[in-house]
Amino acid sequence: MSQAELSQAGAAPRSPRPLWSLGLLRSEITMTFRRWRTLALLAVLAGVPVLVGVAVRIETGRGRSGGGGGGEGGPAFISQVTNNGVFLVFTSLAVTLPFFLPMAIGVIAGDSIAGEAHGGTLRYLLVAPAGRTRLLLVKYATTLTFCLVGTLTVALSALATGALLFPLGEVTLLSGTSIPLAEGLLRALAIAGAVALSLVGVAAIGLFLSTLTTSGIAAMATTVGLLITVQILDTLPQLETIQPYLFPHYWLSFADLLRDPVYWDQLAKNFGLQAVYAAVFGTAAWARFTTRDITA
Amino acid sequence: MPRNEPTERTDEWGEGRSPKRRKAVRYAVPVAVAGVAAATIGLVPAFAGSGSPDLPKISAQDLIAKIASSDVQQLSGTVRVTTDLGLPSLPGMGGAAGSFGGGRGGEQGGKSDDGASAAPQSKLMELASGAHTLRVAADGPDKQRVSIVDKAAEYSLVHNGKEVWAYDSGSNTAVHSTGAGRHGDRHHAPKGLPGDLKNATPQDLAKQALKAAGDTTSVTVDGTAKVAGRDAYQLLIKPKQAASTVGSIRVAVDAANGTPLKFTLTPKSGGPAAVDVGYTNVDFAKPDAGLFSFTPPKGAKVVDGDKERAKAEREHGKRGKDFGSRKGAEDFKKGLGGLNVVGKGWTSIATIKGTGSGLPSGKGQGPGGDAGKFLDSLGDKVSGSFGSGRVFSTRLVNALITDNGTVYVGAVDKQALIDAADAAK
Repeated sequence: MSQAELSQAGAAPRSPRPLWSLGLLRSEITMTFRRWRTLALLAVLAGVPVLVGVAVRIETGRGRSGGGGGGEGGPAFISQVTNNGVFLVFTSLAVTLPFFLPMAIGVIAGDSIAGEAHGGTLRYLLVAPAGRTRLLLVKYATTLTFCLVGTLTVALSALATGALLFPLGEVTLLSGTSIPLAEGLLRALAIAGAVALSLVGVAAIGLFLSTLTTSGIAAMATTVGLLITVQILDTLPQLETIQPYLFPHYWLSFADLLRDPVYWDQLAKNFGLQAVYAAVFGTAAWARFTTRDITA
Repeated sequence: MPRNEPTERTDEWGEGRSPKRRKAVRYAVPVAVAGVAAATIGLVPAFAGSGSPDLPKISAQDLIAKIASSDVQQLSGTVRVTTDLGLPSLPGMGGAAGSFGGGRGGEQGGKSDDGASAAPQSKLMELASGAHTLRVAADGPDKQRVSIVDKAAEYSLVHNGKEVWAYDSGSNTAVHSTGAGRHGDRHHAPKGLPGDLKNATPQDLAKQALKAAGDTTSVTVDGTAKVAGRDAYQLLIKPKQAASTVGSIRVAVDAANGTPLKFTLTPKSGGPAAVDVGYTNVDFAKPDAGLFSFTPPKGAKVVDGDKERAKAEREHGKRGKDFGSRKGAEDFKKGLGGLNVVGKGWTSIATIKGTGSGLPSGKGQGPGGDAGKFLDSLGDKVSGSFGSGRVFSTRLVNALITDNGTVYVGAVDKQALIDAADAAK
């Protein structure tokens, strides 16, 4: 249906050209990333790996031998960090993925429409010949850009911290195979991509909630609250039957990229699930936003 | 163009339609998407699982012969292992009562002795409960690899000729043994494991099941199935003896090459399968040779498995006197050497003569006391003409431990154990 809409829009005399929506996207992205709030979120995300790295460093400095022993407890890969700084990337992503990253996404996504409505700027955005569907798409694209930027921020900050505090070298995969550092970095990049894709579902949910209300705070809080609720549900053993359909269920599957050969089953499930969430909540947001009376 | 007023007639969507209706139609889109997704999720596995391919009829005899003559040397795939033996959920707990001590030993070893946490025994024990994913690859009898896929961790066993490596990514520890699987090979899994679990591929399990077949068993071909995308016959194995706790065993056999692809053991008491092992994905091409070469990664702790084992055995011998629970395990292991089996077929009962210091007498000692109390909470007190003892029940295996320390273990019901004990008196 949006196809038809787009083509119709294209046929209209004052039709916005693709370049125009690129321009809209660009201005949206610059506006989002110029906000103090966004920068603060990114700073927090960048701070987490530093915190983890320094903590591990201090702990090993006190003579507790790293590497062996402490396999259980603590986030994934943390025992490997002292051997190889690259593992700080994996640890940091494993630490931030359950809450920090989706929370930041929730803030950005929740604010995307509701914030404009609250600030009274949504009307003016719609005066521009963009169309609501297009505006929604641009907002979603902006949120997804933030997913990627946020994940990369964590990964790069972790890589820098890891390189500063720990030796870098051959990366040991979960299967016990060693791969050269360059290939390890490629895998780290792939993992960052997988993590960013894992957030597509939350972003869509946040966008949908954002179209429901005119209060940015309400949308953010609902998104984050929903996230926490679902995360808790995902840990209850009694709910095992529904857990495979909860959006965070396969989040940690990014670690499967570190197997040799890569184990795709869970990753594919994760991406499929995220696509379903994005489709359902994306179309729900579209249905709501295109039929809503915008008064502010 | 849609602008600020969605109700305006100029909107591209609804000339002549009421806004209400348009709204309903739009909201139908996400509902439809969700519906389609739910239907796909719900129906695709159902279709994939229930499809029974049309295969030429085959007799049970021929099918068994087909399994026996199957010469699949090279394969790789993913195996899903689900076990529900009805054991209390303790980490590293084996199956039979004798491995209570083994479980404890594993736990202690994990904490105190960093080498032991990567030892294959404790890892293989984990397979005895819950659901696990294994990746297997084999190329002839000399090259095998099994990896237990965990969340953000992996445990690999690599067997290549005389070398056996076990690598645990959680503790970054590698255990190295030589001498064709004396230590780490899956074909020589620890004795504390229930027999049907130590070889965790469907092939091994099917062989075990067929070995038990005889005049005590009915073997029939029960239709066809699709397993891991391949056409397969279903072999249905049912014990004829009433006292057995095994309800039925179903083996899906690849129609093309006779490889068992799925093994399902259902206890007589019903409910979900006690053991369900099957390929979710299988490929009979030659696996990548690199899979079978293992060099310990830099920074990993390397433990010499052979030495470690010798040491552990010495320690066990020494410490056996102090630890009631360990002693139980030791007794069990020793007992297995001179194991006495009564009955035949499915109702065989293993008898291990006690040394007079059965589990209850461990009460006075430190850890043994705890274990004793723990066992009290698990076992049912029973008595007969043999005296009295406790019966430990799981969904599949029952064990009777008499007060003088004799252990009767078997996949049989309680009464059969008591009868066996009475008969031994």
